[in-house]
Amino acid sequence: MATVTYDNATRIYPGSTRPSVDSLNLEVADGEFLVLVGPSGCGKSTSLRMLAGLEDVNSGRILIGDRDVTDIQPKDRDIAMVFQNYALYPHMSVADNMGFALKIAGKPKTEIRQRVEEAAKILDLEQYLDRKPKALSGGQRQRVAMGRAIVRQPQVFLMDEPLSNLDAKLRVQTRTQIASLQRRLGVTTVYVTHDQTEALTMGDRIAVLKDGLLQQVGTPREMYDTPANIFVAGFIGSPAMNIGEFHVENGAAKLGPASIPLSRETIAGLSDADNGKINLGFRPESLDVSTEGTEGAFPVEVNLVEELGSDAFVYGQLAGGDEVAQNISSGAGQAQVIVRVDPRRVPDKGSRLWVKIRPGEQHHFAAASGLRLPS
Amino acid sequence: MTAASATTTEPTAPARGPVRRGGAPARPLRLMVGLVGLAVVAWLAVNIFLSLAYYPGWYGNSRVLMALVGVVAGLGGAALLFYFVNVFIESLPQRLSQGLIPYAFLIPAFGLISLMLLYPAVQTINYAFANRDSTAYVGLDNFRSIFTDGSFWVALTNNALWLIIVPVLTVAVGLFVALFTDRLSASGEKFAKSLIFLPMAISFVAASTIWRELIYNPNPNLGALNAILGTSNDWLRMDQGRLNSLLMMVILIWMQAGFAMILLSGAIKGVPEDTLEAARLDGANERQVFLQVIVPQIRGTILTVYITVVILVLKVFDIIYVLTNGQSDSNVIALMFFQELFTAGNAGRAAAIVVVLLLLVLPILVYQVRTFRKEQGR
Repeated sequence: MATVTYDNATRIYPGSTRPSVDSLNLEVADGEFLVLVGPSGCGKSTSLRMLAGLEDVNSGRILIGDRDVTDIQPKDRDIAMVFQNYALYPHMSVADNMGFALKIAGKPKTEIRQRVEEAAKILDLEQYLDRKPKALSGGQRQRVAMGRAIVRQPQVFLMDEPLSNLDAKLRVQTRTQIASLQRRLGVTTVYVTHDQTEALTMGDRIAVLKDGLLQQVGTPREMYDTPANIFVAGFIGSPAMNIGEFHVENGAAKLGPASIPLSRETIAGLSDADNGKINLGFRPESLDVSTEGTEGAFPVEVNLVEELGSDAFVYGQLAGGDEVAQNISSGAGQAQVIVRVDPRRVPDKGSRLWVKIRPGEQHHFAAASGLRLPS
Repeated sequence: MTAASATTTEPTAPARGPVRRGGAPARPLRLMVGLVGLAVVAWLAVNIFLSLAYYPGWYGNSRVLMALVGVVAGLGGAALLFYFVNVFIESLPQRLSQGLIPYAFLIPAFGLISLMLLYPAVQTINYAFANRDSTAYVGLDNFRSIFTDGSFWVALTNNALWLIIVPVLTVAVGLFVALFTDRLSASGEKFAKSLIFLPMAISFVAASTIWRELIYNPNPNLGALNAILGTSNDWLRMDQGRLNSLLMMVILIWMQAGFAMILLSGAIKGVPEDTLEAARLDGANERQVFLQVIVPQIRGTILTVYITVVILVLKVFDIIYVLTNGQSDSNVIALMFFQELFTAGNAGRAAAIVVVLLLLVLPILVYQVRTFRKEQGR
């Protein structure tokens, strides 16, 4: 059990001038489940591999507990890692795979066997102990990889997209299993994924990275409710938030025919660089169906309705003024908005739907910097 | 397969009358086409080849043209023969044709193998029991004669030494080089590998000559080994502890290490990088990573290289022929056979030597192939 600290850790790959991980500062508490999430190429895997010792740290430090491990070999860091492709040793049986670290550590055979069997019991792998990885299904291999990590009883678990090779159903199942297993074992865990749903469902806290820079760290609730900038706002949540750039007139954002009133604090947060514009974000689920003429209501041309049973999502365009419609983007792409509606009362395709942002559920970001403004 | 499908379809379709078990019936017309085509092609091919031999004037005495005609007639004839064989067999009733097709395509190949390999092998065994010009059987005399001959035992033990030392060292050197070139820069790796692979391109005779003149030369002004040690030994005459044999083995290892390296290097690159990383995180040091993770994963390739070199070593001849001609206790079976047959002109003894070699090698080969199969099947 230990904390993990990134202290201005930077990684610049040879031949590249731009750091892949740019002075990362992050603290993971003892026993915490931290998820590193971001689009591909954001440096999340590199960050994890730096902690594992598989990548050099060009500047800054990495600490496990109070121990500076920056220049310590991976084998001496007392960490276990679950790889994306599991990295099982193909020539060893499941039991040997799981017990390899203990064998290297010179533990007696009986102890190895006992600990492997305990782990196999937890992971429901008992009947596969003598098989080779080749003879296992994807989900079983994933569990062996997990088993190899738990048998170690390491200070920190590292997981590098361990679910990305599983099919959708198994992924949902396994992610709850991993999360509950981690809570039970209480081992500090750093988990990398590109899937924000995984991040929200599994992590105690989430760290969002982009282009090697840490964007925001917080609990899933914080990330959802108060995203620190436009990127996090668009990244966290499914379907993604509708975000558009609008003119500010008389203390309100002009959304086509509608005016969305802005608070005094928000207006005060705007600077000259913003050029009288503001980024306004609202989640599909923060919209109420309204009627024409209601204060703050704006029209949406319905292009498509996606019915999921529990929810229904309207994909459409902001009606009224091409410029306004073009400036908004959502999970469906540029010039598109998504609205969640009552699945029992879906609008027709091609109709015009009037919607209104639920009070207190709009997000404001400075047009120039993209940073969150107070509401 | 067919039986299973027949039993499964039978109960579901009783209304269609009796189920035909043989599949499609015979087609006599195509049968004839196949037979006639076969005969015509065979006749044509044979006559073209005969004309090449007897009437070179037809081709303007041009060797290029004759070669071309020969190639076209040979390849085209073979293709057409197979085509007509196929036509013939496919027009047989289906059950019959399905059983026959594999044989039709295999028999020509097997026939050639028998002609080139099996027949000589059988004939050699036959001659081993005959006299020096193969005119009368002499029973086990040849075997009695070689087994009581001290030089035969020298050759046999030399062969055993070659067999034990060379393949193992070749694989070890190849593995070592492959492992360390893997850590060089891309261009450095290419350069080092080319350099190490180069001896593969030299013929045995040339390589042996190079080593005799430049390394093992008794004259310390020419021979590198004497120059380094400050001696003037005639290395290849030194049979204490079979030193001369060991020195000649170095040449073969030098020539074959490149081959081993190329194959092993490919295998090492095929080992998934993340299994190495996993092992390092599991606490293994580089030596343990190599022995417990890399080597087991490239076992198949190691075995392939090993068997290839074993087979090569069994045939080793040129190096010894060039360097010592088997003198100073450095003879090996292949060279001894050659000397018996072409120098002494004793076909019976020569054949007996080869038969003994065959008997010794057979179990090794069977064992190797079996373990190899087991490895592959895992």
